[in-house]
Amino acid sequence: MGLLALEPPGRGSFLLAGFLNSVMIAVGATVVGLCLGVCGAWCKLYGGPVARDLAAVYTTIVRAVPELVLILILYFAGADLLNKALAAFGYPPTDIPGVAAGIFVLGVVQGAYSTEVLRGAILAIPQGQIEAARAYGMSPSLIMRRITLPAMLPFAIPGLANLWLIATKDTALLAIVGVNELTQVTRTAAGATKAYFTFFMAAGAIYLALTLFSGAIIGRIERWARRGMPSVAGAGR
Amino acid sequence: MTAGTQVSQARSSGGQAPAEAIHIENLHKKFGELHVLKGVSLSARDGEVVAIIGGSGSGKSTLLRCINFLENPTSGIIRVNGEEIRLKADSHGNSVPADRRQIERIRSRLGMVFQSFNLWSHMTLLENVIEVPIHVLGVKREEAIRTAEALLARVGLADKRDVYPAFLSGGQQQRAAIARALAIQPRVMLFDEPTSALDPELVGEVLKVIGDLAREGRTMVLVTHEMKFAREVASHVVYLCNGLVEEEGPPDQLFGAPKSERLKQFLRNVG
Repeated sequence: MGLLALEPPGRGSFLLAGFLNSVMIAVGATVVGLCLGVCGAWCKLYGGPVARDLAAVYTTIVRAVPELVLILILYFAGADLLNKALAAFGYPPTDIPGVAAGIFVLGVVQGAYSTEVLRGAILAIPQGQIEAARAYGMSPSLIMRRITLPAMLPFAIPGLANLWLIATKDTALLAIVGVNELTQVTRTAAGATKAYFTFFMAAGAIYLALTLFSGAIIGRIERWARRGMPSVAGAGR
Repeated sequence: MTAGTQVSQARSSGGQAPAEAIHIENLHKKFGELHVLKGVSLSARDGEVVAIIGGSGSGKSTLLRCINFLENPTSGIIRVNGEEIRLKADSHGNSVPADRRQIERIRSRLGMVFQSFNLWSHMTLLENVIEVPIHVLGVKREEAIRTAEALLARVGLADKRDVYPAFLSGGQQQRAAIARALAIQPRVMLFDEPTSALDPELVGEVLKVIGDLAREGRTMVLVTHEMKFAREVASHVVYLCNGLVEEEGPPDQLFGAPKSERLKQFLRNVG
């Protein structure tokens, strides 16, 4: 157990740093994903033909390709493109920080799935509520902000909660491109000390703790989002 | 034609008849092949209560929903408070408002009450009532809340201000929806079968509120199945049949001595 201590020679501080990176990537990716998801859902539901097609291509491709492959494509091809662009403007090549790259890559993936979750949630709003907003002279952007987004939340939270939990675990995929998140630092520490069981059990426990904590927070958010709905047995936990 | 124009001008300048709040001329509406409105004209002067009656599928709800462009008419003229709504043709051959801001401005003074209430489920009753005054009309929050509290008290829901709509009965929700409509200080109130979705024992409480509004001289257009109520509160009744105005006139004449055979038949069936 001394191996997990926070002070050297224990490796606890590495795990902690890796964990913080994982959380940062998961939070960042979820935020990016939500923004892309709102745009995607809006395009699919209200956009013109071009916007609708673009959103369809985006969700189809991202959901068709295995995430691991997408990560490799976006990470290496993305870095390559960025450096070529920098060279074209006369700047030296740069290393993309792992966390930022991770947020971008997972955010794009999350965005595709969020698009569908949010589209479904918006369609679940009783149409009359949108109609009432139109009948009282609200502009489309005001309807989106004041009516559509808050009214769809109760229908979106379960799906989005799922996506958040998937995001926390998808961060582990970024180990393949060497981002220092929890799985990657666990691998390094385990390899250096040969204490594979100890470190991977510790990492597993940390992921579990994060999930349990998320569950508690999500329960609160869901209760708040469903404040206007009569509870059915078991709803909102 | 000229004579008619002169008469109406004389009226408005002489102040003998109130101004026209709603004016509809030769309105057509097609849903694909289905010709729902086949040239309907209708007018409601300030202070008038116009009741639209008719069988199911006669187009009465569609007519009401065309007034604030929840449905886009296929063709026709609509004037609200003397202002003609500018139209353009869209790709489906419908007439759509040419200027979104004009139609939003006009809508914000038409208080619509729906058959299924359509209160916003994520807002309490108070929040429902202050939403449009604050965010569309730019009323100050404290003032909007004061007005809303008074309106909720008026419809008998003062103690429910912080309750969400789903926790209330249909009658309470519909009364709250009427308070929401009143909060915008509407020039005209539009009622789309306001009691059709209610349990029979809840109809009375809603009709009482609407009746009170009619008696205080509000301009209203009312689509309804409650014939007794229409006869009581309306100043003008329009009987719509197959997308056309079959007969119209004062309630006593329409209900007491209907001329059209179809209207007689209709009144026998609903009575």
